[in-house]
Amino acid sequence: MSTRAFNVSEIRKDFPILTQQVHGRKLVFLDSAASAQKPRVVIDAMVRVMEMQYANVHRGLHWMSERTSDAYEAARDKVAAFLNARAREEIVFTRNATESINLVAYSYGRTALRPGDAVVVSEMEHHANLVPWQILRDAHGVELRIAKITDSGEIDWESLEAQFADGKVKLLAITHMSNVLGSYTPAERLVAFAHARGAKVLLDGCQAIVHRAVDVQALDVDFYVFSGHKLYGPTGIGVLYAKREILEAMPPFLAGGEMIDSVSYERATWAPPPYRFEAGTPAIIETIGLGAAIDYVQAIGLDAIAAHERELTVHGLKMLAGIEGLRVLGSAQDRGGVLTFTMEDAHAHDIATLLDRQGIAVRAGRHCAEPLMGRMGVSAAARASFALYTTVEEIDALGEGLARIKQIFK
Amino acid sequence: MSSTVQELYQALIVERSKAPRFSGRPEVFDAQGRGENAMCGDRVQVFWQRGGVVRHEAHGCAILTASADLMAQAVAGKSPAQVAAMRGAFEEVVTSGRENPALGDLNALAGVAQYRARIRCATLPWAALAEALKEGQVHG
Repeated sequence: MSTRAFNVSEIRKDFPILTQQVHGRKLVFLDSAASAQKPRVVIDAMVRVMEMQYANVHRGLHWMSERTSDAYEAARDKVAAFLNARAREEIVFTRNATESINLVAYSYGRTALRPGDAVVVSEMEHHANLVPWQILRDAHGVELRIAKITDSGEIDWESLEAQFADGKVKLLAITHMSNVLGSYTPAERLVAFAHARGAKVLLDGCQAIVHRAVDVQALDVDFYVFSGHKLYGPTGIGVLYAKREILEAMPPFLAGGEMIDSVSYERATWAPPPYRFEAGTPAIIETIGLGAAIDYVQAIGLDAIAAHERELTVHGLKMLAGIEGLRVLGSAQDRGGVLTFTMEDAHAHDIATLLDRQGIAVRAGRHCAEPLMGRMGVSAAARASFALYTTVEEIDALGEGLARIKQIFK
Repeated sequence: MSSTVQELYQALIVERSKAPRFSGRPEVFDAQGRGENAMCGDRVQVFWQRGGVVRHEAHGCAILTASADLMAQAVAGKSPAQVAAMRGAFEEVVTSGRENPALGDLNALAGVAQYRARIRCATLPWAALAEALKEGQVHG
């Protein structure tokens, strides 16, 4: 694939929204981990579908429907190639990663897992990779176990070993990169560890997929989920990757059109994967938008993006370390551009509001990871997160903004 | 710093959040109420004594703490009915952004109207006080 030289000022021109002003100031958008901004090519691809080539997919016998189906299915090929999946049938389109995890918990969880089996998650999961398993536990009688993390925000291997010791664990569902601590988990090692003990592995790739190349075959991971909107694509489209043989054994999650093979008044038989899991008219426009986002990211190259973000993260950590009374949550060796922090003088929400007034967007609160916040000993924290369009100057602007806040509360 | 920031975080708010004058759990009280903001985990406890003496324990942002403290000051000596009326007037100020001359220092919080997500920080102590007055079945 061809990559273009990484030039952040050129890249910023691809994102129309970055020229916007907030409260009369230049927008400094440091909330991409919540949802990233969209490049022109994604916006154009979606508009083009609606203006020139739109009909329902997989149903019509007419030209428009066939062309739209082609574009929709081309996006599946792009996702498959992006993840290096063995086959396009291993890519299921969902609404978002949350729905992907719910799909696995419901369909795989209630059939492949038996009462008495155990599921392990870590202490640093987003609610989306905790609550579906709590529901499965309550509905289906599996046990839910929580593997500890260290104070630095890394996997506590001793704890993980202990959770697996009795041989009951059949699934490890764990983040590939924490949305709070920024830590990457050692995915390959985790998969090998779980497989050696007879458990499958689901990786929540919402954050990781944006920042580094993911190869599901190299990882040998069983399930991988992510959302399109964090990957510079639109909202409303997410991905579930699962190994073909696993998907083939899974019953449907939602029922309706598209997911059936044949239907009578008495019964129905299921279509093969991936369609078995795509009931109803899908998010056609958004799926095509996701395909455009993947093209965009791949043209720049994930290695170049990762190098840029590494520089930002190092700079950001250094800047934050210079602010007295500021504490960054987590200090993992392998971490990405998600910096969550508290300040002695100011509450996270005051930080977010005061930064917003200066045109700087950060997130504040519990980050959909309430148990983790408790684990780290804080009730709320502010988070600055970086993307491929983030600049060193924007991080400096954050530093200046935080210094002003310190002045106000001094 | 733009003037709008100062409008929201007036000196009075910063001062009361850092050094509240009406904080602390009293040894004796007639009713109490609590409030929690599920979004951020902030919480406040309000203690009411007959005769309209209010104290609070606020754990949260500057807006929450300052609001609790300014509330305790504003409702001193007021009857539950007067507190209820004042709560309504205060909520009108923080949702509309229009100051109400009758509310005095409470108007310092009018700026939160620009921040939908922060209005709850300002109104939470009032909700906790309303709960105290309801729970305590007080008549005053």
